[in-house]
Amino acid sequence: MDFNIKNLWVLDIAGVEVWITETMMNTWIIMLLLTMLAVIVRVKLRTFKQVPTGFQNAIEAIIESFDNFVHNTVGDKFMYLGNWFFMVFTFVLISSLGGLFGLRPPTADWTTAFALALVTFGMIQVMGIIHRKGKYLKSFFEPYVIFFPLNFIGELARPISLSFRLFGNALAGVIFMSLIYGLIPIYLRFALPAALHFYFDLFSGVLQTYIFCVLSLTFISSASSAGAP
Amino acid sequence: MDPLAIIIAFSQLAAAIALLNGVNTAIGQGNVASTAIQAIARQPEVSGSIQSTMFIGLAMAETSGIYGLLISILMLFANPLIPLYLQYAVR
Repeated sequence: MDFNIKNLWVLDIAGVEVWITETMMNTWIIMLLLTMLAVIVRVKLRTFKQVPTGFQNAIEAIIESFDNFVHNTVGDKFMYLGNWFFMVFTFVLISSLGGLFGLRPPTADWTTAFALALVTFGMIQVMGIIHRKGKYLKSFFEPYVIFFPLNFIGELARPISLSFRLFGNALAGVIFMSLIYGLIPIYLRFALPAALHFYFDLFSGVLQTYIFCVLSLTFISSASSAGAP
Repeated sequence: MDPLAIIIAFSQLAAAIALLNGVNTAIGQGNVASTAIQAIARQPEVSGSIQSTMFIGLAMAETSGIYGLLISILMLFANPLIPLYLQYAVR
C-alpha cells in the first residue's frame, strides 16, 4: 500500500526548497535511456546501407510505421507534427513500460501529463491562428456571439481532459498494482501479478499512448484546417 | 459523534458513488465497439480507418469514467475537506 510520490532529496538553492521527487528521478532515467538510444542511432547512421539489415531494419521500421500513422491521421500537410509526437510517443510509451521494472511511471504524476497536454493546447491555438488566422478566432463566436463562454470553456477543457485521461489510467494502474502486491502473500508475488502487469502496463499503457497522440493530432489538424469545428 | 469521522465516512461514500458512472461509460463503450464491429463486418476493406475512429470514440466515451475515477481518488487520498475542517473547526 505504497503509491504516493516519494520525495528523494530536498535541495536548498538560495533559500528556496527544491524537491527532487520520484517522478523527476524516473523522468531523468527515461530521458537518459532515450538520449543514449538517440546517440547510438546517430553514430550508427553513418554506417547505414541501401539495403537494411539487423539494427538498421528495426530503426527504419519504427520510424516508417510512425510516419505512416501520422500520415493516416493528419495527412500530408502536417507531416512535420510527427517529429514532436514521435518524442511524446516514445517518452510516454517507455514511461508506461517502466512500470514493468518497478519504476513509477512519470505519467502517474499529474504534472507530467499536464505538461504534455499543455503543449498540445498551445499547438492547437498557434496552428489555428497561423493556418486560419481570423477565421479561427471567429470560430469561438459561432454560431452566435453569446456562445463565447461555452466555446471558451470547451477549449479550456481540452488539455484537462487529455491530461486526466493519461494520468487517470497510469495512476489507476499504479494503485491497483500496489494494492495487489500488498494483498497477496510474498511467495505468490512472482507469478500472479504478471497478468495484471500485462493489462495495466503493456495493454493500457500502449493504448493510452496511442490515444493521446491520435487525439492531439486530431485536435491540431481540425483546428488548423478550414471547415472543421 | 466526531465531525472528522463523519467527513471521512461521507468522503468514502462519495468515492463509491463517483465510481458508479463506470456503468454509463461501460454501456457507451460497448455501443461504440459493437457498432464498429458491425461496420467492419459490413465493409471489411476499410477496417483500418474504422478501428482508428473507434479508438478515438472509445477515448471520448472514457472521459466521464476517468473523471469519476479522479474524483474518487481525490476523495480517498487528497481530500480537500479535511484540511478545511482542521483549519476552521479545530481553532
